[in-house]
Amino acid sequence: MRARVLIRPKAGILDPQGVAVERALPALGFAGASDVHVGRLVELDVADASQLDEMCRRLLANPLVEDYEIQYL
Amino acid sequence: MRFGILRFPGSCDETDAQQAAAKVGDAELLWHADRDLRGVDAIIVPGGFSYGDYLRAGAIARFSPVMESVIEFAQDGGLVLGICNGFQVLCEAGLLPGALLPNANLHFTSRQVDLEVVSRDTAFTRACEEGELLSIPAKHQSGRYWAPDSQLDQLEADGQVVLRYARGHNFNGSARDIAGVRNTAGNVFGLMPHPEHAVDAFTGSTDGLAIFASMRMAVEGVHA
Repeated sequence: MRARVLIRPKAGILDPQGVAVERALPALGFAGASDVHVGRLVELDVADASQLDEMCRRLLANPLVEDYEIQYL
Repeated sequence: MRFGILRFPGSCDETDAQQAAAKVGDAELLWHADRDLRGVDAIIVPGGFSYGDYLRAGAIARFSPVMESVIEFAQDGGLVLGICNGFQVLCEAGLLPGALLPNANLHFTSRQVDLEVVSRDTAFTRACEEGELLSIPAKHQSGRYWAPDSQLDQLEADGQVVLRYARGHNFNGSARDIAGVRNTAGNVFGLMPHPEHAVDAFTGSTDGLAIFASMRMAVEGVHA
């Protein structure tokens, strides 16, 4: 099964990458973009989808500082 | 006493750590694929970019065969020091609280920092004076210490904050200026700056030596 895992910095934790992108957009003439956050995307084939949540908790994301969302494709 | 210094693919400070430890005891390198810790008295997880720091700094190294043994060693009370990437590995392994996030300014920064010794009642700082400032180099891009506020309160209340960046030296944006923390039991300690690069007057400071000397005192049961 093909799955996609979206990993985001937790709300409330400073996300300097998001801040840097948010500041760069007006420099290119794009106004009005706010609350920008940059995360990570992992796509993978899994034989046993029931293991995916544990894969996320133990390796793909650090649950202390990141939220993850699993999508099945 | 004998120090064992881990070497992962991508480590780059293990030789300096070995030379620093060798100033107070014997020191040997331990390869990441070996589970055998060869009976050493203390472990140093060095700086660098273990396994390329792919995914997140320290995330993959923490599952290496040698780290399985280090986790057992730590659970049995063995002394473990994590420096920079080693600190990140120990946090990822759950041996230390919190996480190291990208520096607030996103820059890789290499500079000398002053660290305040918050607590000398530890196996890693007993050769220091409380309130003493240690001048030690730091060089990293992901060294912003973070933990939830409730956990930070707990760490401070329990005396687990061992080192803080002195005023004006917290260049990475670490929560509450925290530069180094220990675990609850007190046998595992991590810091972002590099004491192993400050052990010879030739490079400007010998303040880092106190960390290694403290570990020797702890192993030998000396309470200064």
